Amino acid sequence: MIAQGTAPALKHTAQNSAAEAIHVENLHKKFGELHVLKGVSLSARDGEVIAIIGGSGSGKSTLLRCINCLENPTSGIVRVNGEEIRMKADSHGHTVPADRKQIERIRSKLGMVFQNFNLWSHMTLIENVIEVPVHVLGVKRDVAIAEAEKLLARVGLAEKRDVYPAYLSGGQQQRAAIARALAINPRVMLFDEPTSALDPELIGEVLKVIGDLAREGRTMVLVTHEMKFAREVATHVVYLYNGLVEEEGPPEQIFGAPKSERLKQFIRNIG
Amino acid sequence: MIGICGAYGKLYGGPVVRDLLAVYTTIVRAVPELVLILLLYYAGTDLINQLLTAMGYQRIDISGLVAGIAVLGFVQGAYSTEVMRGAILAIPQGQIEAARAFGMSPGLLLRRITLPAMLPFAIPGLANLWLIATKDTALLAVVGFFELTLATRQAAGVTKAYLTFFLAAGMIYLLLTLVSNLIIGRIEARARRGMPSVKEAR
Ligand SMILES: Nc1ncnc2c1ncn2[C@@H]1O[C@H](COP(=O)(O)OP(=O)(O)O)[C@@H](O)[C@H]1O
Ligand SMILES: [Mg+2]
Repeated sequence: MIAQGTAPALKHTAQNSAAEAIHVENLHKKFGELHVLKGVSLSARDGEVIAIIGGSGSGKSTLLRCINCLENPTSGIVRVNGEEIRMKADSHGHTVPADRKQIERIRSKLGMVFQNFNLWSHMTLIENVIEVPVHVLGVKRDVAIAEAEKLLARVGLAEKRDVYPAYLSGGQQQRAAIARALAINPRVMLFDEPTSALDPELIGEVLKVIGDLAREGRTMVLVTHEMKFAREVATHVVYLYNGLVEEEGPPEQIFGAPKSERLKQFIRNIG
Repeated sequence: MIGICGAYGKLYGGPVVRDLLAVYTTIVRAVPELVLILLLYYAGTDLINQLLTAMGYQRIDISGLVAGIAVLGFVQGAYSTEVMRGAILAIPQGQIEAARAFGMSPGLLLRRITLPAMLPFAIPGLANLWLIATKDTALLAVVGFFELTLATRQAAGVTKAYLTFFLAAGMIYLLLTLVSNLIIGRIEARARRGMPSVKEAR
């Protein structure tokens, strides 16, 4: 029933021997009284594709956003590139990053792709793609432009380089957003439901781009509702329920032989 | 400039900054401008001179022009704070978030994303303020600043040709407005690049 044919040969070779790109340990996040993450651990080694699945409101986005400190974790450890994010308590007792420069350095290693694309509307596609390399990473403008043209060609948008995002379809915008994330040559790509805001007929073109990246060994953490796709590209699947990891494992196990009742029901409902 | 700092302070500042700014914008916008101009001009120059003498400097004579510009700037700052605040709130939050997610520092974020992205929302309001400001200069006559309206009144008073002179003055204000509109239109077209026109969207 579910296509397994395109499973990359690379798929399981990356584990264990490769360095750990992301390490999350016993992460808690509270929004005021609301306890959204209740001790989540997660690890992504180089070359791994971690898929995070789970119902709406289970904390998937929050977990992803804690990795690059778009949300400040309440407690727990987040390590990116072997570097642990240092937190401190501010005057109100909230945990906040201790070192802004460290956060900015870590963020510039993580290519984030959002559900709503979030391209900068006052810039053309090429300007969107070179923005971070030129202004954050200090790459020379002409070098960045040459690189950006290659990336736009890769996601099939070469001829749209001078178009503003508002004139493009959602699928095109999302592919441009993927090119923007690739332009920083990220250690890890973070995807937060990259196809959830798209019309059904546009989902395929975006999944194809992401699938190609996975097959060439890009490390990624991917929040998705596309179960078939997760099964195809993921090396490891994490099922989040109510702020906790309910079950995790290789995709064959999660989708083929789930243990948890909740996961079984989740797959039945969504699949 | 005051507007940008004011808006930033109001949106992101700590409680003390926010309260101070609230007092500033409320008072300035509540009190008639004529009163403010008189107050700031006489009280302001007096304060500056007292400060200077206290620090052992000579008293200085503040020209009507400098004082006038400063006072208008102060008043306009209060109004533009609100215009800017609205404009910043109108930026899709995701664009700011994306900039943060890619490691932009707050300064870079302001310069590269927030300011250009809010401009299209701020320009109509700022253009209004600018046009009001050109006419507010007439109020500066009360502090002895020799501007168009005062000049007209004196010229008309001397020659008794009231109609001619006031019509001419009116024309000059109109011309100033037209030229301003032209320039503002250009700036707005530039700022709105990337935004499909409202007509097209229909
Ligand atoms: N900034 C926030 N402030 C308050 N509550 C939030 C915030 N962001 C998320 N939440 C809450 O946290 C819970 C988990 O959200 P989220 O991580 O977005 O779930 P998911 O992505 O799995 O659908 C939800 O109940 C949501 O309402
Ligand atoms: Mg979500």
